[in-house]
Amino acid sequence: MALKGAARAEADRLMAAFRAAGAVPVEADILQPAEVLLDLYGEDIRARAYVTADPLRGEMMLRPDFTVPVVQMHMSGGAEPARYCYMGEVFRKQEHLTERKSEYFQVGYEVFDRANPALADAEVFALFADLLAPLRLRAVTGDIAILMAAVQGLRTLESRKSALLRHIWRPRRFTQLLDRFGGRAPVPETRARLLAALAAGETLTTAPRIGLRSDAEIAARLAALEADAQAAPIAAEEVARLEDLLNLSAKSPAALAHLRDLAREMPAIASATDRMEARLDALGAKGVDVDTLDFEASHGRTTLEYYDGFVFSFHGRGPDLPPIASGGRYDALTQVLGQGRSIPAVGGVIRPGLVADLTEGASC
Amino acid sequence: MLKLGIPSKGRLMEQCFDWFASRGITLRRTGSDREYAGAVEGADGLALVLLSAGEIPRELAAGRIHLGVTGSDLVRDKLADWDRQVAELAPMGFGHADLIIAVPASWPDVDTLDDLDAAAAAFRRSHGHRLRIATKYHRLVREFLTRNGVADYQLVDSQGATEGTVKNLTAEAIADITSTGETLRANHLKILADGLVHQSQATLYAARAADWENGAAETLAGLAPRLGFDPKAL
Repeated sequence: MALKGAARAEADRLMAAFRAAGAVPVEADILQPAEVLLDLYGEDIRARAYVTADPLRGEMMLRPDFTVPVVQMHMSGGAEPARYCYMGEVFRKQEHLTERKSEYFQVGYEVFDRANPALADAEVFALFADLLAPLRLRAVTGDIAILMAAVQGLRTLESRKSALLRHIWRPRRFTQLLDRFGGRAPVPETRARLLAALAAGETLTTAPRIGLRSDAEIAARLAALEADAQAAPIAAEEVARLEDLLNLSAKSPAALAHLRDLAREMPAIASATDRMEARLDALGAKGVDVDTLDFEASHGRTTLEYYDGFVFSFHGRGPDLPPIASGGRYDALTQVLGQGRSIPAVGGVIRPGLVADLTEGASC
Repeated sequence: MLKLGIPSKGRLMEQCFDWFASRGITLRRTGSDREYAGAVEGADGLALVLLSAGEIPRELAAGRIHLGVTGSDLVRDKLADWDRQVAELAPMGFGHADLIIAVPASWPDVDTLDDLDAAAAAFRRSHGHRLRIATKYHRLVREFLTRNGVADYQLVDSQGATEGTVKNLTAEAIADITSTGETLRANHLKILADGLVHQSQATLYAARAADWENGAAETLAGLAPRLGFDPKAL
């Protein structure tokens, strides 16, 4: 493992390159209010971030990443368009005994630009690819927007689509739901009993109501369950097409051709596929060899759930090791943190410590 | 000396003493009722240490005791990668308790984790915060819910009287241990059909980080046939 000094020197080099690309350097506090991060990422972040108690400000976290504070800073009055860069340590609690580090440097580059998202995606990726080129890493790309469009295009209840959309980032749960909505998994026994009782007009419970969840909320869910039970399952061919899409893994031109084929049956993904094509054109124009660039439709599904478009990562040897660099588009996050305002945004981070490890390894 | 940590109080201590006694090892407290000192008869090289049950996982992890008896729920909740820190030697057949997830009995629409997840999503939309689950078993419950793909919840800490939190409006659901379910029913809660997080019982553990030189390993090997565990478990 590279020493901190080597990581910092590499971070300085990357930071200089980001500044040369036009980014304004910004800083973020190490202590971040836990509430914002917990609300955004959920309980999982508590397992991954160091939580500490401030006597006056309450629960605080050692920053697990820069994205949230940088987006907050931009949304509270940054000029448009904007390019930011930053460097510093992030902290990730490791719940298992591994060689993964619990504190390490990140150097990041973020673009907030409304004009041309495909161009902005290509700008970030090409910059990273260029800086990391000497390391001969494997780059993988994906596009969460295509998955979201495919789910939104299903011919089924809105409630089913929003359940699937919520769980795009939890593949196992997503599969379970798809099996149920597609009629491939049996209705759970408890649900069958409830539906029978509802149909018979029986009293469902005599227990006193306790807690914040109101009778109206319970009634709304019961109505939704009845509607779900009456709705036809998602057609088998639609499920099959969605699974075909989720399993798509190919070089970018072949992946694009396959998506074009799928889009004939799944028109909902057509415009997201157009955006992918525009991005590939922009990448090609910036000198990225798109013919050898891997595209995996499910890439990014197991990371933190704020990416909603283009996603990418750069890997060294070993699929179990953390990526050397990663990033993506997070338009919706700017809306969540922008209190009503939003702006298309894309960015990524490089781990200079891992870059230094590989550089040392290559030179000896 | 091989140090054996036993819960210092109550029924759990007595059941431990009985368990060892039926295997030919007499453990007893010495001095006054209030003094935490103990003696061992029937096993050479074994010393008794009386500790709070909740501290035994930590003492095992640090290697300050060689052997310890505590609930498997506490070991799994308090120790990250618990099986790399301690070896499970023998489940002891008492101190049974199930760590379960329970919701108000007045929720007819929630019987499974799948229901809980859907209710949590709707709850978050209408209340502006995540559905709160009160527990003191943070690691076990979080890992269980993550594994089962439940989202839009948050854990709130509750060190006691957890069954009362829903009525007191400090949580919407709970994750707690139960043996008969009576307290749950009295507080108008029901267990989810697939909400069993862990079945706990009193268990004898060995500390991987303890000093096994100077005869401790031999003492352990000598105990193995009498206590009925695999001497190679460590």
